[in-house]
Amino acid sequence: MTTRKTELMVGLFVILTIAAGLLLALKVVNQGFSNNESTYTLYAKFDNIGGLQTRSAVKVGGVTIGRVESIDLDPEDFNPVVMISLSDKYNNFPDTSSASILTSGLLGEQYIGFQPGFAFDDFVVLADGDYIQDTKSALVLEDLIGQFLFSRNSE
Amino acid sequence: MNDHLVEIQNITFSRSERLIYDDISISIPKGKITAIMGPSGIGKTTMLRLIGGQLKPDKGDITFAGKSIPAMSRSTLYQTRKSMSMLFQSGALFTDMSVFDNVAFALREHTQLSESVIKTLVLLKLEAVGLRGAAQLLPSELSGGMARRAALARAIALDPELIMYDEPFAGQDPISMGVLVKLIRSLSEALSVTSIVVTHDVNEVLDIADYVYILANQKVIGHGTAQQIKQSDSPLVQQFLQGQADGPVPFHYPAPTLQAQLLGEDK
Amino acid sequence: MNWIIDIGTNTLTKVVGIGRAFLMLTGALIAFPQWKNVRLTIKQIYIVGVQSLLIIMVSGLFIGMVMALQGYTILVDYGAEGSLGPMVSLSLLRELGPVVTGLLFAGRAGSALTAEIGLMKATEQLSSLEMMAVDPLRRIVAPRMWAGVIAMPMLALIFSAIGILGGHLVGVEWLGVDSGSYWSIMQATVEWDKDVVNGVIKSIVFAIVVTWIAIFKGYDAIPTSEGISLATTQTVVLSSLTVLGLDFVLTALMFGIN
Repeated sequence: MTTRKTELMVGLFVILTIAAGLLLALKVVNQGFSNNESTYTLYAKFDNIGGLQTRSAVKVGGVTIGRVESIDLDPEDFNPVVMISLSDKYNNFPDTSSASILTSGLLGEQYIGFQPGFAFDDFVVLADGDYIQDTKSALVLEDLIGQFLFSRNSE
Repeated sequence: MNDHLVEIQNITFSRSERLIYDDISISIPKGKITAIMGPSGIGKTTMLRLIGGQLKPDKGDITFAGKSIPAMSRSTLYQTRKSMSMLFQSGALFTDMSVFDNVAFALREHTQLSESVIKTLVLLKLEAVGLRGAAQLLPSELSGGMARRAALARAIALDPELIMYDEPFAGQDPISMGVLVKLIRSLSEALSVTSIVVTHDVNEVLDIADYVYILANQKVIGHGTAQQIKQSDSPLVQQFLQGQADGPVPFHYPAPTLQAQLLGEDK
Repeated sequence: MNWIIDIGTNTLTKVVGIGRAFLMLTGALIAFPQWKNVRLTIKQIYIVGVQSLLIIMVSGLFIGMVMALQGYTILVDYGAEGSLGPMVSLSLLRELGPVVTGLLFAGRAGSALTAEIGLMKATEQLSSLEMMAVDPLRRIVAPRMWAGVIAMPMLALIFSAIGILGGHLVGVEWLGVDSGSYWSIMQATVEWDKDVVNGVIKSIVFAIVVTWIAIFKGYDAIPTSEGISLATTQTVVLSSLTVLGLDFVLTALMFGIN
């Protein structure tokens, strides 16, 4: 009798663990862009990426549509090149779209805000491997302060 | 050789630089009760552990049914141990199972018998030691004497050829002692097992032992049948049998003289 | 001169001790798994796992709640209370889950294991197993080892999950952080292989170390009352320190190098 009770309790223990694992898998972990979803790649060149990191989000109007895959430095003009992968669901952005590096909240993490451009009649769609032409770099606090002081001095 | 189940040949054994046995030999005749006696701290339990292969002698050899125990591989040793069993001083019952499960333990581990056969066997063994009614008790609910009898039932569960009793009478009241003496004798006669009884309870053991060895000072100081031992003229043996405080086995643990130590001259 | 001899003796004793611990481990684990041993392991999982569940769940709940409370008061100054979710969940999954579970496990189950095996040795139960031709390494040590290694990561997972719920309880229900942002920012930040899996790996490592120390200290205890009490103390101290030390090493390996 005691062994049956023991086995029952151990069974409950296992179920509890699975429940905990499920909670973590479904509620806690980001499932948005896991590897199983097909993606396409775009590149964007910035002057300054600030605190952007690999795996940072790419958002359109607050909706996450992709992630930063890697960040490199262009060996010729020494500008950072960000490789981003976007969900295949959103594959018809016009080539006039722009990317800017934004900050969520005052101290939050940085992400790429993607701004779809106007679609004219014969617009060209951004395809796998294209560069986004229109980019705005991250705001660096020190630069802002420097500009502010400079403009005060020149008055 | 052929009528000796266990032969201890010229073994020397020391533990952490203290010499325990110095070149001693003991023969255990088959189907008889052999007593190994000696003062406390002489390493009588160690002798049983040597026979059981838990310890290895520094020199010399121990054979069980003609095979050398210290030279055995681990698996052969475990195989051999199935035909010997040991009754520990404390009983050493497994405290997390009932008396029944304790006795059934070896049967369940080493045989493929069905549960109903095991039940019959266990109840028979418990009946033999008079504890059939206590089968479902836990070891913590037993008195010292009952625990030892339960352990004895466990020791005979696999019908061994050799049973080693480690101080079976220590700390027992006269009634339990009488029960144990009777049990050891009847088991030996009924099952014709070879028994080794290690003890310092002289009178009880001289009643049942067929052959007696007395150990002291790392040596065998006397051996023979119970009768021969009683009539021995060795002062050592007589000191032990009669319980004299001082004699050839000294009362004092080796030390510098009292005077020297008290006056601080021990350096 | 004497102190050099002391260093030498100590080193030798330690090395011999570690060697014996390895012998015990290999002796216990190199064995054919038998159905009988699976049942023994399940029983041990009950003893070390299920019976530690209450302390683990209560601790997890309170630690999650305290973290939410502390984190909120700091984060709200920067208007970043939305980051409460990732703060609570990352601390739990990466650090507190495995580490606190390791420490509690050492105190709750490790000490009990040491005392149990030490007492078995003192009451000659281990010897008598040997004499009954049953290898105590396989019969006593192996099921306990496996049970510890299996049960502790499970406890750590439960600890983290309960802690996150506790954080939700305080942060969302009590302090009024938006429930949606608690979960969604958490989801945006926490990653399965980087955070959850690494936490589980940590807790498996801690489980092996803590259980091993606990069992070996019991197996190697001097079979007297003082010996067992000393061994129990050593188990708790040594395994706690090892958990904390190893945690640093593992964290450096997992998160330190980008």
